[in-house]
Amino acid sequence: MAAATDTSQQPIIRVRGLVNRFGEQVVHDGVDLDVMPGEIIGVVGGSGSGKSVLMRSILGLRRPDEGEIEVLGIDARSEDDEVRRRIERRTGVLFQDGALFSSLTVGENVQVPLKEYHRDLPDSLRYELALLKIKLAGLPADALDKLPSQLSGGMRKRAGVARALALDPPLLFLDEPTAGLDPIGAAAFDNLIRTLQQALGLTVFLITHDLDTLYAICDRIAVLADKKVIACAPIAEVEQLDHPWVQEYFHGPRARAAQTARDDNTRARDMKAAD
Amino acid sequence: MTAPAAPPPRIQTDDRDPARLRLAGQWTLEHATEVGKCLAQVPDGITSIDAGDVDRLDSLGVLELKRFAQRRKLTIEDFSFREDHRALVGAIHDVSDERPRGKREFGVYAALARLGFAVTDNWKETLALVGFLGEVLVKLLRLVRQPSRFRPTATVFHMEQVGLDAVPLVALLCFLVGAVVAFLGANVLRDFGATIFVVELVSIAFLREFGVLLTAIILAGRTASAFTAQIGAMVSREEVDAMRTLGLDPVDLLVIPRVLALLLMLPLLTFIADIFGLLGGLTVGAYSLDIPPQQYLARMQDTIELRHFWAGLVKAPLFALVISLIGCLEGLQVKGTAQSVGERTTSSVVQAISLVIILDAFAAIWFMEVGI
Repeated sequence: MAAATDTSQQPIIRVRGLVNRFGEQVVHDGVDLDVMPGEIIGVVGGSGSGKSVLMRSILGLRRPDEGEIEVLGIDARSEDDEVRRRIERRTGVLFQDGALFSSLTVGENVQVPLKEYHRDLPDSLRYELALLKIKLAGLPADALDKLPSQLSGGMRKRAGVARALALDPPLLFLDEPTAGLDPIGAAAFDNLIRTLQQALGLTVFLITHDLDTLYAICDRIAVLADKKVIACAPIAEVEQLDHPWVQEYFHGPRARAAQTARDDNTRARDMKAAD
Repeated sequence: MTAPAAPPPRIQTDDRDPARLRLAGQWTLEHATEVGKCLAQVPDGITSIDAGDVDRLDSLGVLELKRFAQRRKLTIEDFSFREDHRALVGAIHDVSDERPRGKREFGVYAALARLGFAVTDNWKETLALVGFLGEVLVKLLRLVRQPSRFRPTATVFHMEQVGLDAVPLVALLCFLVGAVVAFLGANVLRDFGATIFVVELVSIAFLREFGVLLTAIILAGRTASAFTAQIGAMVSREEVDAMRTLGLDPVDLLVIPRVLALLLMLPLLTFIADIFGLLGGLTVGAYSLDIPPQQYLARMQDTIELRHFWAGLVKAPLFALVISLIGCLEGLQVKGTAQSVGERTTSSVVQAISLVIILDAFAAIWFMEVGI
């Protein structure tokens, strides 16, 4: 287990000895992970290595079989609804396809958490806040009155981010944010996450398969393999790790393409940012 | 990391410069009400605002300050923020110019427009149904010329699903309705001492109308929805498109087996419905109207002509066609999302039931006019 880079700070997510089983099948066997405030951590691992299960455990959507999980200093395994709500209102989650409520417009979707947790907010202010979040997520203002089915996949994800940010959470979870996007859309989305992270001071927990995303925006990479987190370090260190899956992942044919494209990527982003 | 008792947002005018306002505390969503109150209390004549002492600031705080600035005709330059808050303020300032082009209309015009859309939608649905009927009929004819296109397995499978599996439900419901009709009739007829006419009432009602109508309505709820959901789910997962690219005709594969299955099974179910409806009447007659079964059956044989039975049964294939065509057509019209499957399923049941009842009413009038 790689030590956290900065020991002076309290981790915002702290996982110790996590064990998850589905019947006979053991998915996690002693997972340890620290996520520091203000970093973007990328979680990678093969299919079925339990990335989503880890996220669901941290979010309290699944009770782990053993182990400790603390989120924002609160025990995520708590049975007490009140305690769990304190986590829920301070975390934002983007599910794979946005998971927007399909019968509500994008604006109404963003207003759902605001209505639930802040009933006393005047309507006009709630509307303004929703509009602001939608525009922060990089959507045109017109998207406010559209239904999710009227948006493209990339726009739905942006709308999902807008809803995840509705309560200004310090902690954002993203499940495969760039899956199903074209390379241009994926790069723009990476850029959006980076910008939002800096502007809002977010901590981002990001599950991805996308090597470009890892190279472009992640501060540290956590590798899930052999039912554990086998490494948690900046990407340059993880690349060098002597583990068959890691070697295959970071040095396979697709990885080389991503590495060579990385410099172009950065340059293109800088140019875009300068516009 | 437990947050200390969060200081609420506060405002204070600067001692040395009365035109300068100092903000402190937490300007966040949790304190939205206090933020609003604070800003409402700001005295007139403030020209610059110092937000350097703010502990926490989030997008609500920035938004409220921007709205305040707009009301007081201040600009972003009149504010000074803490270093680590500038990124947030900048990000929000960058996106705050664009507004949506007008909200959803709820007025009279919008209502008129919705009415117009509903009319054209209905007209299109009608056209689509008639067109679909034509397509299925043409392809049925082709089936006669090219019997190899026929899918016997699928047809038999659907016959089991829509026919055999529906027998208990149809039988039970018809038995109960038959019994209820007998009770109702007996209550009225007893006053005239004509309880025996319950036999005619139940028999004619069931053979001509209720048997086929109840069966059709049950199948419209049970089968039209199933057809729409099955085909709709396939459409939304692009299975139907895949079929087309493989050179398979979805009408041959999906629609015709279902139409044929229902065409064969609805008359058979109607027969069962008739039998159980009559049995319902017979049971009530025997147990509470003092009409022994022998007398009941003899009376039926004397008074009920076969034409009543045919007048009911002849409608069964027509209803079968309506139910299966609507069910399949709505399924094929599903667009992409899961919500669309749900909407289409509802729509197919509503259309099938309404059309069955409307056609039945027309048929009843027509049979009366021609005296069958």
